[in-house]
Amino acid sequence: MRVRGLALVRNGRTVLALDDWSVPAGGRWLIVGPSGSGKTSLLQLLAGLLLPTRGSIEVMGERIDAMPEARRDRFRGRTIGFVFQTLHLVRALSVLDNLRLAAFVVGERRSEDELRALLEAVGLADRARARLFELSQGEAQRVAIARALVNRPRLVLADEPTSALDDGNARAIMELLIARTSEIGAALVIATHDARLAPWFEHRLELGGTS
Amino acid sequence: MNLFRLAFAYLRDRVATTFLNLLLLVFGVTTITMVLLVAHQLRERVNREVAGIDLVVGAKGSPLQLILATVFQIDAPTGNIPLEEAEFIRRHPLVASAIPLAMGDSVSGFRIVGTEPALFSERGARMARGRLWQRPMEAVLGAQVARVTGLELGATFIGAHGLQGGLAHAEHPYTVVGVLEPTGTVLDRLVFTAIESVWLVHEHPRPSRAPSVHHREEHEDAGHEEHAEHEDHANDARQHGAHAERGPSPDAEITALLVRYRSPLAAVQLPRLVNERPRLMAASPAFEAARLLAILGFGLDTLRLFGLLVMAVAALSVFVALTNALEERRGDIAIMRVLGATRGLVLRELFLEALVLSAAGLVLGLALAHLLVELLARSFRQAFEAGLSGWVLAPEELWLVPAVLAVGVLAALLPAVRAYRLDLASTLARG
Repeated sequence: MRVRGLALVRNGRTVLALDDWSVPAGGRWLIVGPSGSGKTSLLQLLAGLLLPTRGSIEVMGERIDAMPEARRDRFRGRTIGFVFQTLHLVRALSVLDNLRLAAFVVGERRSEDELRALLEAVGLADRARARLFELSQGEAQRVAIARALVNRPRLVLADEPTSALDDGNARAIMELLIARTSEIGAALVIATHDARLAPWFEHRLELGGTS
Repeated sequence: MNLFRLAFAYLRDRVATTFLNLLLLVFGVTTITMVLLVAHQLRERVNREVAGIDLVVGAKGSPLQLILATVFQIDAPTGNIPLEEAEFIRRHPLVASAIPLAMGDSVSGFRIVGTEPALFSERGARMARGRLWQRPMEAVLGAQVARVTGLELGATFIGAHGLQGGLAHAEHPYTVVGVLEPTGTVLDRLVFTAIESVWLVHEHPRPSRAPSVHHREEHEDAGHEEHAEHEDHANDARQHGAHAERGPSPDAEITALLVRYRSPLAAVQLPRLVNERPRLMAASPAFEAARLLAILGFGLDTLRLFGLLVMAVAALSVFVALTNALEERRGDIAIMRVLGATRGLVLRELFLEALVLSAAGLVLGLALAHLLVELLARSFRQAFEAGLSGWVLAPEELWLVPAVLAVGVLAALLPAVRAYRLDLASTLARG
């Protein structure tokens, strides 16, 4: 993954500027900075949820910012896994169906065994039929991670994945994220202001508000 | 996972709202369908009864009553007409055919009608078994009469005076010689016999022969519903024991004549000609039937309007439900988009929800309407006798299918467009 000459201008203000940054396959990066420094925007740009004002974003050698929208949606679904701080599951569906949904929206099918193995890997083998309101924050975040991995992404983006969790849960989630992504050889980029995460990462990208 | 499962999951997720919307839809569809069903069958039935009869000639009175009495067999006749007057109409060159009816008695609530076999060919009725009558006091039963009374070929029965089980004419039993095939018309509920039978049953020696006109007035004064039942009391004892070949007495009476025109010209001339005769009245079945349907149509239109109103409320309710749901679902939609769902997929899912709901409302509403109409037909004798059935499809019902689905799509349109335009970045940033 590589960005060049990236700039995002919103209401005449440069929210984000990043000259040249790349993450190799399987690499691990932490994006830090105060709130308003553009961490979330950068993740959304990488995932093609937001388009840059200037510059280019390549993911797996493809210009995600130059794709037609529908293709970008599918590309994101197949190659990028996204984990949020609190937005975890589709409300109306069970845990297992949330995983199925991830495959369905990009036109894939996964066997129930495959999905259950994934749930087991995040320690939720027995919650397959549970609904969102039956899960704790930590459990919901584990499901979100499992779902981000359903389509075997090459890049996993996480936006404050641990901020809403206590120390024990935060540690468990981080270990899970790192173990699962390295298992499938995916790069992991996490945006956070959570200092607890620093020890896990060898690379840091500091965003300083208006730099 | 597929789009249907997803749509069902969301409908199930807000089960109370879904149930309320479904209820409204079903209520609307049921109301409209019931009106359509009843109106359709009523119209069909009326047209079937009227088919082949251009004009009814009977005694003066209300034309609608005459038609109701002689064509639909649901009212008392207006009175009787002398046979010689009837003969005059029959011989008229503009008349292709004229079938006499003589009414008055009943068996188990079914009317006994004296007539001629030509009635069957005119109305397209065929014998299911047995034969036509060959002499007086032989009877042919309509299909429903045979079924309900259980009377079979060779059985005998006694006619009761009037319709509601009056005095029995025990001295003149009828013998069943034939049964008609079902026709889906009033013929199914009638007992047919030779005109002479009716004359024969009603002749009893009287101290003095009253003129027939006077006789009829006597009955009308009594406010009795059975004016016509005595149509032949005027026949005096001379007729006693008479057979068909001997012919009726000169002052024999019948209830009415069912006339078919020879040419369109007759429609212009014949009614006037008939009405000019002091004791005759002409009534057009088509005209009176149209009048009848117009009177009933007002009530049906009101009901239909009510049904449309309910449908509109249902559409509004679905709209409000989807709009509210959309607020709650911004996060869900954002997640789906992040997972790789295109705008189009989100749009399709929302429309599918509305479609599933309205299709369910449609199917349940249609089924309920048919069931209710059938129940109605079974619990009310009048409805049943009018030939009402729930197991009939009104052609207008087919229009309900696209109409109701369109209502669903329309209700989903605005919420779907808003979902389509959902700003992903800001929704996600809000968490």
